[in-house]
Amino acid sequence: MDGMREHEQHEHLQGQHDHHDPAEEAKLHKNPMDLATVRAKLQSKTGKQYWRTLEELAGDPEFTELLHREFPRQAPSEWDDGVDRRDFLKLMTASLAFAGLGGCGRTPEQVVVPYVKQPEGLTLGRPQFYATAMPFGADAVGLLVESHEGRPTKIEGNPDHPSSLGATNVFAQASVLNLYDPDRAQTVTKYGEIQTWSLFVESAQAIAAGMKATNGAGFRILSGLITSPTLAAQIQSLLTLFPKAKWHQWEPAVGDGAREGAKLAFGRYLNTVYRPEKADVILSLDSDFLGSGPGHIRYAREFSRRRKLNGPSDTMNRLYVVEPTPSVTGATADHRLPLRASEVELFARALAAKLGIGGTPSGAEKWLDAVAKDLQQHKGTSLVVAGEQQPAEVHALAHAVNAALGNVGTTLYYTEPVEPQPVNNLDSLRELCADIEADKVETLLILGVNPVYTAPHDFDFASKLKFDQEKKQKKVKNVIHVSSHFDETSELCDWHVAESHYLETWGDARAFDGTLSVIQPLIAPLYHTHSAREVLAAFSDKPGVNDYDALRTRLSAPSFFTHFGLTDAEKADFEKFWRKTLNDGLVAGSAFAPVNASLKFSAASLPAAKTTPADEIEFLFRPDPCVYDGRFANNGWLQELPKPVTKLTWDNAALVSPKTGEKLSLTHDIAARGGEHGKVYSNVIDISLSNSKVTAAAWRVPGQADGTIVLPLGYGRKRAGYTGTNKGFNAYAVRTSDALWVTSASASAIKKTGEDYPLACTQYHFSMEGRQILATGTLEEYRKNPNFANEHAELPPKELSLYKGEAEFPYDRDKWAMAIDLNKCNGCNACVVACQSENNIPVVGKDQVMRGREMHWIRVDRYYETPPKSTAHDPSSYDESLFNPPTFFQPVPCQQCENAPCEQVCPVGATVHSAEGLNDMVYNRCVGTRYCSNNCPYKVRRFNFLRFQDWETPQLKLLRNPEVTVRSRGVMEKCTYCVQRINNARIDAEKSNAPIHDGAIVTACEQACPTEAIVFGNANDKNSRVAKLKAQQRNYTLLGELNARPRTTYLAAVRNPNPELESA
Amino acid sequence: MSAGQPPLDSPEIRRLTPVIGPGYTYGSVTDKISAIVLTRPTSIGWYIGFLIAFSVMGMMTVAIGWLIIKGTGIWGINIPIGWGFAIVNFVWWIGIGHAGTLISAILFLLNQKWRTSINRFAEAMTLFAVACAGMFPLIHTGRPWMAFYMFPYPSTMGIWPQFRSPLIWDVFAVSTYGTVSLMFWFVGLIPDLATLRDRSVQKPMKIIYGMLALGWRGSARHWHRYQSAYLLLAGLATPLVLSVHSVISFDFSVAIVPGWHTTIFPPYFVAGAIYSGFAMVLTIAIPLRKVYGLEDFITMRHLDNMAKVMLATGLIVAYGYFIEFFMASYSGNKFDVFLVQQRLHGPYAPYYYALILCNILIPQLLWSFKMRHNVAVLFIMSIVVNIGMWLERFVIVVISLTRDFVPSAWGRYSPTFWDWATFIGTMGMFVTLIFLFVRVLPAISIAEMRELVSETSEDEK
Repeated sequence: MDGMREHEQHEHLQGQHDHHDPAEEAKLHKNPMDLATVRAKLQSKTGKQYWRTLEELAGDPEFTELLHREFPRQAPSEWDDGVDRRDFLKLMTASLAFAGLGGCGRTPEQVVVPYVKQPEGLTLGRPQFYATAMPFGADAVGLLVESHEGRPTKIEGNPDHPSSLGATNVFAQASVLNLYDPDRAQTVTKYGEIQTWSLFVESAQAIAAGMKATNGAGFRILSGLITSPTLAAQIQSLLTLFPKAKWHQWEPAVGDGAREGAKLAFGRYLNTVYRPEKADVILSLDSDFLGSGPGHIRYAREFSRRRKLNGPSDTMNRLYVVEPTPSVTGATADHRLPLRASEVELFARALAAKLGIGGTPSGAEKWLDAVAKDLQQHKGTSLVVAGEQQPAEVHALAHAVNAALGNVGTTLYYTEPVEPQPVNNLDSLRELCADIEADKVETLLILGVNPVYTAPHDFDFASKLKFDQEKKQKKVKNVIHVSSHFDETSELCDWHVAESHYLETWGDARAFDGTLSVIQPLIAPLYHTHSAREVLAAFSDKPGVNDYDALRTRLSAPSFFTHFGLTDAEKADFEKFWRKTLNDGLVAGSAFAPVNASLKFSAASLPAAKTTPADEIEFLFRPDPCVYDGRFANNGWLQELPKPVTKLTWDNAALVSPKTGEKLSLTHDIAARGGEHGKVYSNVIDISLSNSKVTAAAWRVPGQADGTIVLPLGYGRKRAGYTGTNKGFNAYAVRTSDALWVTSASASAIKKTGEDYPLACTQYHFSMEGRQILATGTLEEYRKNPNFANEHAELPPKELSLYKGEAEFPYDRDKWAMAIDLNKCNGCNACVVACQSENNIPVVGKDQVMRGREMHWIRVDRYYETPPKSTAHDPSSYDESLFNPPTFFQPVPCQQCENAPCEQVCPVGATVHSAEGLNDMVYNRCVGTRYCSNNCPYKVRRFNFLRFQDWETPQLKLLRNPEVTVRSRGVMEKCTYCVQRINNARIDAEKSNAPIHDGAIVTACEQACPTEAIVFGNANDKNSRVAKLKAQQRNYTLLGELNARPRTTYLAAVRNPNPELESA
Repeated sequence: MSAGQPPLDSPEIRRLTPVIGPGYTYGSVTDKISAIVLTRPTSIGWYIGFLIAFSVMGMMTVAIGWLIIKGTGIWGINIPIGWGFAIVNFVWWIGIGHAGTLISAILFLLNQKWRTSINRFAEAMTLFAVACAGMFPLIHTGRPWMAFYMFPYPSTMGIWPQFRSPLIWDVFAVSTYGTVSLMFWFVGLIPDLATLRDRSVQKPMKIIYGMLALGWRGSARHWHRYQSAYLLLAGLATPLVLSVHSVISFDFSVAIVPGWHTTIFPPYFVAGAIYSGFAMVLTIAIPLRKVYGLEDFITMRHLDNMAKVMLATGLIVAYGYFIEFFMASYSGNKFDVFLVQQRLHGPYAPYYYALILCNILIPQLLWSFKMRHNVAVLFIMSIVVNIGMWLERFVIVVISLTRDFVPSAWGRYSPTFWDWATFIGTMGMFVTLIFLFVRVLPAISIAEMRELVSETSEDEK
């Protein structure tokens, strides 16, 4: 009642106000201010007084009224006045003008335009997937990229693409972080000053005009390995325009061995495509074909298909690996022989001799005999693969052996090279350097590569670009660098053009088998970046053609159509063809046809092999498994990714064999903080090679050939960005052109500096301590006893419960489960990066990794199978058993225990069980006691000890998966079986009122896995893949005796050793 | 024991080792004890000591402030060692508190007269130790500002704590323990507060003590009620002595970590708590009686008795160590066997041997009458036992976590500067509170000592 009355009164008062009093109005008009009054008032005041206006001072009642009224009398009209058109216009102009004033100093008004019309196929909040491809060396990885409202957030494999078959590798997974790298170059610069693109084009045109007269005699283009036909065509058109110009290629981490080997064997460059799926016996001559090189994702998939065991009667392929340093391929091998890199060639020659095709016989080695015999027994179904870093001779021998075994056409075939212009990279770079020295180069265009960092040390590429103090001029007048980052080379160049990421450009690239893949942008360039092709075009007579048009023009060219033998209908409807190509991510049927290659090579004609004296130490240069040749140095995901075998992060190290390490008295010292799961001090050594020196931390690697030291490339960057600069040591500094991959020196080249360097190693302990962590057996054992994995398991019966009589929770709807086939896993780490990308997992940095706080939700454990011995005191004690230990990998995500130890101890119920059996984390509820982690027997929980997540960098905000909470500090987190994907599938299923079919939910790790080792699904569905795997006898539970009843189970690894070698 | 020693309870022994020096009257007892608070000038030593302790406490404040700003990552904890110094210190401090309650409650119920002179400051010690301990579970969480989730408050979301978690039992055990200890201590203080009120000369002191004395007039009715309240509270506190550390041991024994998951833990933890508690009482009592000349009130008999309790509980603790080994080998559980090997040969073996030395070997000296009556030896021994018991918690909490089930996840732990700053800081806080306590409250119960005077004089008659 009271309230209502007040309201009425208020109305009444307002009415009064609005009422006009003519007398008052008259008074207002006739009563202007009187200065005398003011003066009088002023005099009458004492002390300090403050007034706002003279009116106030004068105590003018009008002013008082003005203060208290919303609409002063002076306003020409009050609300109830009729407004005439003129007044209205006057008012509106004024208010519009002042509206601008009012905006001064505030956040500018920004218009947000919602989708007026929802784009077709887009539902806000639901991601879209686009097919594209990542060009990488002589390969293009076909991808499907997840896009959230226009932001690419997650890379997945394209199942239709031959090089990926739906899987990915670490580089493809991590490449999305490169897109959002805040350290990327963002504009065109000249001498470091920001310039516009049009200025650059003008300048390029001027240079081009200047070159016209000389036919481009001083024009040089330096690129990496290019498989893009469109880009190559652009270069070719420039070369036609400037006939005397030259194109050089330099790919630092890809050897010329394969190319030259083909030339040696067949007289011309050819590309080799393997079909591991068809091979029963495979011999790898230092080839990491499951872990790196063109087509390795597909090879890993094909290889693992032959490792699939549904029951004891199934067969498996057999893999022999000869290699100097352990790789993921070596770890997967049934037999692995550590040999020094130079001895691999001797081995290949001896093998050729054994097979009666010439070569140099060596002593009757048991291993060699067995391999040769095995290969001969599998003519046509065997395969010999030579390694990328091996010399041409080994490749030629491999071709000869394959030919002799009748494998060509079955387990491998030859095609035309995927590079439009295959050249010997080293010779190409050498020629360029010589030309620069001879002052023949006037304009150098460097596309994407970083030669100042990667060129052989004796070429001294930096001096080629630097200002010559003596001659008072630069050797090369114009140097233009196109790269994603302003790097070591950019510093010495005149112009630098920021290069677009492959997710920002149109383009194409050939895959390892020649398949033409289309690169489709997922986002407009974030910065003022341009593609290499656009930069090339700037020098041409058609500088304005954009990438989209260039690609379309190429694809619609009549020659292209005939080339692929497309049907007339497809020719007729280019748009349809174009849409299909974009949709598929590739031009269907564009893979190269096998060519008949006649062997023009005799192993007998080979000159004597170069050998390394036994007392000398061999130094190998290998691309790093995480940062590759250095191009990923600024990628935090890859820097923090434990390297497959060594489990080192954030650094490279000089890898030595345990025995050599002992000889050189190199030791490791486990730090008290972090310890085996973080920080290990290792001795620092100076390595002097070819008049240059490098200082590196030494790291002992079991399984490495004795007398071999591996110097991984890609580290020690001087200008990579915040993440990558000054990490590890630069192996390029001692790499010379005469010994690109292997060099040797006496042991005196190595000097201990006496210092120790802390390395961040996530798993130093390699022994299973006699526990059945990773069940392993041989095929023979498996056939004899298919249940060998569960033989010694002490699984407590379910009746052993405190809650007797209470029914077990039935999980009658869906029962999510995972099975990981250890027989397939090769430890490639793709799952780790995929999980990091999918689940917004932060990068913590080297210091935190050394404290044992890395955040990976899934980790890949590596164990060596060593004879049981007590390593309680010193787990680092190496002995003979570590000369060549069988190596196994085990991915460990959260095991999603049904009887979860973590859930029982959480005081606040922040980790609870779902009705589908997921062990859910409620981040909001977590107070961070870490009790759950202590009680987790698998130690898969990760704690935000500090605020690890970057909340400020705007680019990184774009990267995040909007479906996954970004965790704050002080909360626990862990694998959720990608619960966001489960829920998406559930929503879809419920809409269509159907059960979620098997395969509708693919977890990020499963999706990325090249070997299909990880399988996720509904264990209640008896026909699901996961249920079938779990029904196998190989299936075992990790630490089953603890009765945690994990939903994630493992399938025992089975090796298929040669009985002849086994008996030794 | 030396052969010529008379039976322990003989009057001869009582005369030799009285619970109170001879010749005291009601008045002289009151004078002597209340003088420390009221009339004796505060010594420069007190000021210096207080200042040092207070600065150390200041360091703790800084350490905790930085912790809240940055997060628990400033400590040495990691995965797999999720609990480090914070939990070690928590268990250690709570253990220290136990002696106070044992002395005041259990010995009171058992009518052990000798407890009288030490119960007051032992209880104070309990309270301060619980205060130090109680901080750790709060600050060790990742988000201390959310720690209230651990209390069963009626949340609008309808969420309750997870009652199966031993950490929730901890919350109840420690808060109950803290509350009962405070009440017990305060009720015991009331007659003495009245004495101080009556004896203080300054007005403010009169007012403060008067308010705290709750109108105590010493009437027979007051005494009657006081004694029944005291008896009831003693009865309430008694089970707590056993339960609190049992519950805390559940934090470990309920978990499945090898080295934690042991049924011996509850009695073993309680014994350990009393062990360390008595050691701490000695650590405080010995300087206290020396500085304030209280040798007549805290006599050799007290020290001797406390040493004996230490010896007894120390042996129980030793039994616990033995059982750990026995159970590992008897069960044949590979993880437990491995743990035992780790204790003896692992990277942290020196800590284990130090623990055996401090907790088992050195205290065996207490069998000797001479040693028990050598104040210097007792003082050093009490420090050694405190270190040993701290090491025991370190071995249990940290070392068990370094190597559990999956070898790939094994790690190591070492504390950071902030770990130490927090730990030493709590010692500063403890000493600060002790300093304040002896300065403003009677460190020995005047009322009970007066009772003792009448009883001993009867004895002598």
